[in-house]
Amino acid sequence: MTLANAAHEGFQHNLVIDRDLQIKLYRRMVELRQFEKRAYDLFLQGLVKGTSHLSLGQEAISAAFGEAMQQGDWTFATYRGHAHTLSRGVPMAPVMAELMGRADGLMAGKGGSMHLTSVEHGMMGSYAIVGAHLPIAIGAAFSSKYRNSHQVAVCFFGDGTTNIGAFHEALNLAAIWKLPVVFVCENNLYMEYTSIYDVTAVEHPAADRASAYGLERLIVDGNDPDAVYSMAIDRLSRARNGEGPSLIEALTYRQTGHSRADPGKYRPDEEVARWLEKDPITTYRARLVVNGASGALLDQIDGEVMAEVDRATEQAKASGPPPVELVMKDVWSDGGSGWRN
Amino acid sequence: MAQLSYREAVGAAIAQEMRRDESVVFLGEDVAAAGGVFKATSGLLEEFGPRRVLDTPISEQAILGTVMGAAMTGLRPIAEIMYSDFFAVCWDLVANQMAKTRYMTNGQVSLPLVIRTGNGGGLRFGAQHSQSIENWAMAVPGLKVVMPSTPEDLIGLFAASVRDNDPVLFLESKSLYASKDEIPEGEIVHRLGEAKIKRVGSDATIVTIGAMVPRALEAAELLSSGQGIDCEVIDIRSLVPLDAKAILESVAKTSRLFTVEENPRLCGWGAEVASIVADEIFYDLDGPIVRITTPHIPLPAAAELEDETIPSVAKIVDVIKGRMG
Repeated sequence: MTLANAAHEGFQHNLVIDRDLQIKLYRRMVELRQFEKRAYDLFLQGLVKGTSHLSLGQEAISAAFGEAMQQGDWTFATYRGHAHTLSRGVPMAPVMAELMGRADGLMAGKGGSMHLTSVEHGMMGSYAIVGAHLPIAIGAAFSSKYRNSHQVAVCFFGDGTTNIGAFHEALNLAAIWKLPVVFVCENNLYMEYTSIYDVTAVEHPAADRASAYGLERLIVDGNDPDAVYSMAIDRLSRARNGEGPSLIEALTYRQTGHSRADPGKYRPDEEVARWLEKDPITTYRARLVVNGASGALLDQIDGEVMAEVDRATEQAKASGPPPVELVMKDVWSDGGSGWRN
Repeated sequence: MAQLSYREAVGAAIAQEMRRDESVVFLGEDVAAAGGVFKATSGLLEEFGPRRVLDTPISEQAILGTVMGAAMTGLRPIAEIMYSDFFAVCWDLVANQMAKTRYMTNGQVSLPLVIRTGNGGGLRFGAQHSQSIENWAMAVPGLKVVMPSTPEDLIGLFAASVRDNDPVLFLESKSLYASKDEIPEGEIVHRLGEAKIKRVGSDATIVTIGAMVPRALEAAELLSSGQGIDCEVIDIRSLVPLDAKAILESVAKTSRLFTVEENPRLCGWGAEVASIVADEIFYDLDGPIVRITTPHIPLPAAAELEDETIPSVAKIVDVIKGRMG
């Protein structure tokens, strides 16, 4: 099986996306790209410890949803969640500091790369156990429906998640309760090191399962921010209007390995080359230029983003290690960790 | 005062909190229209309607994810996991997600939720519907673990659990559902982490919880009348938080400690209690600390076999008599 033509059956959007929004989407994707490239450099320098999972090549999806979502909507992401966090407007510096384990980190160093959370931005967590956050996202959606608050939960996950039980439990319950949740499967072709097609009974791991829950089969070119944005607007609106959940399969490609430990050698060279040609940022930039955007403006954006990444890096480096007192704090809501008198 | 069964106390406890607080919802398998497999939640759907009392599919991960996500976003949900054995199919949500999210997010997220479940043996259900999982639960930092032994305590501790801002595993002893007791009129609210001295004694302290409490009390009476051994019986009521002070004060007075535990032997809660007492008041002890537990085996189904495993009144009497001799 191949994905070569899969995008052709994808969602044909007809939403007119104005130039200003396109520029914002471009800027956001460049931010995500340059932030993660910097994070990788810092890892090589020994300043980012542990592991982290990059979204290089997948930026269009989180960027487009970030623009389409409203304040008050909730994002639930996976351990591959840097992009989704930044796309909700969380500043770069605390995210970089969290990756570096610094006091000024988004969670003061207590979570790390795989657990980025900023409740004030609607970033309700990055979850490091595959599948766990799908049921949690439907809980938020349940709360929205119960309180009639019209908030929508958006839950991002990878293709590998479609083979774990929590995926099916969450889809079914969301469907029968008509919950305002949008499930976004970022199909990047690999569960971790193994091709998703080698371990899945259907060609489209998410879309081909949608009918099992009475949902539409939705496929979108996940490297096209305009297409993703259009689909996001449509599906968020349906959720907000009480029409229940959606399951979207966004076709994309992870340009690097699964995590820091993985060079991704299992991927055929031809496949990598083909998807690099479909890089969401270079292709979008070309589209904007063809449509009349000024190359100088886009260059200026690139420069501004690099300066922003530099500033965030310096801020993160300037932050000290987290105070050790934090170790025994915030197990419980009283702020402490006591379990006996 | 009114007579209420432990089973009826479950419904009364949920209703008390749902009447008080609109943010409380209740969901689980067969809990609404059918009133629960143990008929402990009958009448809730009729009183509170399908918006607040919800039947779910057989999807334990979805149930627990739902209450976690709802708790993150302003509700105080209650989930039922029908049998505590079923935690094994949704333990990720409990141990990895609920227990750790507040800590990992540096306190950004609160999870005011309760998971109530039928725990323990005595009903001849065999190895997969009879386990006492309190030692699983207390092994994970970030979970509160509560086990009522009477109808009044069930209501009072349940109210405290619902009003608590942390995730609580509320373990109801299945073998106690039919037991009855007088309960006071009006709202009942207790505090987590407060043990109750159920019987005052001077010769030995028996620390216990849940379904073992009535057995320990009966054993204490037999030991008193038959052997002249005067036991103090402490119902610790919650394992996390643990009222260690009550245990230490009692053992300092009696100089002997026995635990009576329904959980299988290894890493049962009594091991932690024994460790605390040995560590902190070793020189107050006049003899070994003795744990009376279910053996480290899966539970058998047949009555004669199951009765051989879970600590019985006779076994408690025998062990204490033998070790106090």
